[in-house]
Amino acid sequence: MGDFVLDRYDPGGFYCEMLRCAATAEIRDRLGRMAIDEFKRRAAGAEQALYNLGITFTVYTDSQAIDRILPFDAIPRVLPADEWDQIERGVIQRVTALNLLLDDLYNAQKIFKDGLLPEDLILGNPNWRPLMRGLKVPHKAYVNICGTDIIRDEQGVFRVLEDNARTPSGVSYVIENRHMMLRAFPDLADGIGLRSVEDYGIKLVSAMRDIAPGNSTGDNANPEIVLLSPGTYNSAYFEHVFLAREMGVPLVGGRDLFIDNDRVYMRTTAGRARVDVIYRRINDDFLDPEAFRPDSMLGVPGLMRAYFAGNVALANAVGTGVCDDKAVYAYMPRIIRYYLGEDPIIENVQTNICREKASLAYTLDNLDRLVVKPVGEAGGYGITIGPRASRAELAECRAKLIDDPANYISQPCIGLSVSPTLIDGHVEPRHVDLRPFAITGESTWVLPGGLTRVALRRGSLVVNSSQGGGSKDTWVLE
Amino acid sequence: MSNPLLARYAECIFWLARQVERAENLARIIEVQETFARNRSGNRDWSSIVQLNADEGIFAEKHSVANAGNVIRFYVTDGDNPNSIKTAIRNARENARALRPLVSTEMWVALNVFYNRLNAIDEREVAPGSLSPLLEEIKQGCETFTGITEGTFYRDQAWYFYRLGRYIERADQTTRLLDSKYYVLMRDADIANLVNTGQWMALLRAASGYHAFRLLHQGDLTPWRVAAFLLFNPSFPRSVLLCVKEVDTAFTGLKSRYNLRGGNDVAEGLDQLRSILGTRSIDEVLASGLHEFIDFIQRYLNAITERLGAAFFGHPPVETPAWPDADQWPPFAADLQTQAQA
Repeated sequence: MGDFVLDRYDPGGFYCEMLRCAATAEIRDRLGRMAIDEFKRRAAGAEQALYNLGITFTVYTDSQAIDRILPFDAIPRVLPADEWDQIERGVIQRVTALNLLLDDLYNAQKIFKDGLLPEDLILGNPNWRPLMRGLKVPHKAYVNICGTDIIRDEQGVFRVLEDNARTPSGVSYVIENRHMMLRAFPDLADGIGLRSVEDYGIKLVSAMRDIAPGNSTGDNANPEIVLLSPGTYNSAYFEHVFLAREMGVPLVGGRDLFIDNDRVYMRTTAGRARVDVIYRRINDDFLDPEAFRPDSMLGVPGLMRAYFAGNVALANAVGTGVCDDKAVYAYMPRIIRYYLGEDPIIENVQTNICREKASLAYTLDNLDRLVVKPVGEAGGYGITIGPRASRAELAECRAKLIDDPANYISQPCIGLSVSPTLIDGHVEPRHVDLRPFAITGESTWVLPGGLTRVALRRGSLVVNSSQGGGSKDTWVLE
Repeated sequence: MSNPLLARYAECIFWLARQVERAENLARIIEVQETFARNRSGNRDWSSIVQLNADEGIFAEKHSVANAGNVIRFYVTDGDNPNSIKTAIRNARENARALRPLVSTEMWVALNVFYNRLNAIDEREVAPGSLSPLLEEIKQGCETFTGITEGTFYRDQAWYFYRLGRYIERADQTTRLLDSKYYVLMRDADIANLVNTGQWMALLRAASGYHAFRLLHQGDLTPWRVAAFLLFNPSFPRSVLLCVKEVDTAFTGLKSRYNLRGGNDVAEGLDQLRSILGTRSIDEVLASGLHEFIDFIQRYLNAITERLGAAFFGHPPVETPAWPDADQWPPFAADLQTQAQA
């Protein structure tokens, strides 16, 4: 008895998000005065609230729907103003460069002509969409919603780990986690200058209006915006609901929409109603069975025709997935310099592109010290972490690399920063990353904070929710 | 200018309302059956509930006897039975899941918590004889949802579709509740000399109408007064007439407030049904067959639902435009009139 929250916490040799700087002193003190039993009781109540509120992802088995909450840790991850400033500027820079890259790739392709990016890396990419060539995207805003995965290394340096330019998810947890923290731990947050996360829906609507057809000519002051979801069976359905509510727009499925004369309509009780902007949470290849996968039941036949006719805007634009490729990622520092003439504000993790001979040789020689990742996968799948891998796993990885080197990159194994986390009634260090969310219409805005994902298994470096990850509230201080 | 409402959402909220109302009334029907069964002179045959819901086929696939245990489980906890309380609430919750952008958070939470409770029902709670607390809880769960909806649901088009669903289902269920005892009480007894008032009181209690009935009729409790009360009372919130009036009010409001073009045939049907309910006397109904009258009303409500689907939910047009003919309800039989008089 008598233990306080941080009494026995020891981050070991890792960079700790809580103990490292003066800006978190007040929060440390408050946690230091809170009995751990009290903390546990309130955290458990908060988790039950998440479950009852249905802030869940849904796992469907044969006979029933099982709702799970994303495990939530109530000890916040805190970012002081100066660190957030770097992240915010870094994310805006990165999104700007990605949009310029996409505009170039789908139009003039100067970057190939200047020899900065291998043509086959893009043109051979499964997410390259040749039909996007020549389409004018308003404000060159291809990536309207971007999630940039950022980690912090042993020295406390922020580094970008991954760009999510297709349909990044998780923002609903950011905002719901905050609601819950303010309900369960108002005394922790009170008076410390915590920046709000309430503006996300408003900013999203504003960006959707920016890209609406007729917006630039003032013809359509009140565009009809909808959110297109695969439906209740999708594991991210809660987030789709959340976003539709925050934006105040209808949540539609493909069957609610139809195309007539290259215009998009939704089926309403009063007949048809025009749709101007679609925030779609469906991948490119399911959007329109006429243009992509003919077996797609989720999309809208003819949607691409309406899109190319300029009668509807899609967010994100079609074809942004090409940026999510980990091989393209490796070129990002060069891409930023090429389009913006600036150094990256947040550096990449040093990355070896195995399609390049020297990098492959280096990777094979140092396999037991490197992390090897397939370029096209998301969700933490297919990764080999050298220092943790068995001999058999290393041998398997080696064979795959030799067989298809262009499919892999390798990176040094970084000891991600840790954050104190409640595990079975004790507070232990766990590795975290950060996914800030950026919204782009005419300009780019970054939600202060973002999703802090935490690897709940001891020693694990994989934070993905599909791999046993949880989340924390991210507190950006003024 | 109001927001457009997706046709699919209109249908989901309509059925969400019906499913919750259905679950509540299933609990009422089981409650009245259980009360009857506890009565020494009461009827222990539970098959009437099965007949009432036209579930003989699927019931027989699972159970050989319609005893208390089998029927209770079949209608309370059997997730495979499309007409069980559990299934109704599961469907309501699935509809609510689709409607989450529209319904209030409180509505979703209430349904979510209620469904999780139904999933956790213990075998002991459904044992015949100890069922009352559970049925009470189920009724309360549904009423809680209804109250939360009243208090938190935005008064937009969807609200009108919610009310349409709730009152159509309630009208239908009140006829079923009445029908459930009509079978038993009329089978062996002549209308005129039926004296088993305890059972009719149980029926009124199950409909939450006992006290209101007492205010109206301090003295006699006769079966036809009970039937008249449940069918025609203009102030009792579960009477068929009041429910149909509410449907009509909601429908008129929906059409005028949101300028919806479809559904003129629905308005016409509602007019007719209101006029039938408003002009027929209970003597006429009893004389020519209560069960037949109930059946006629149920067919009418189905026809209204079908036309709502065609007008607003994006369903294909109704093939047979005619309404159930009032003549299909057995014509007035004058020779029985005297028997029915109080």
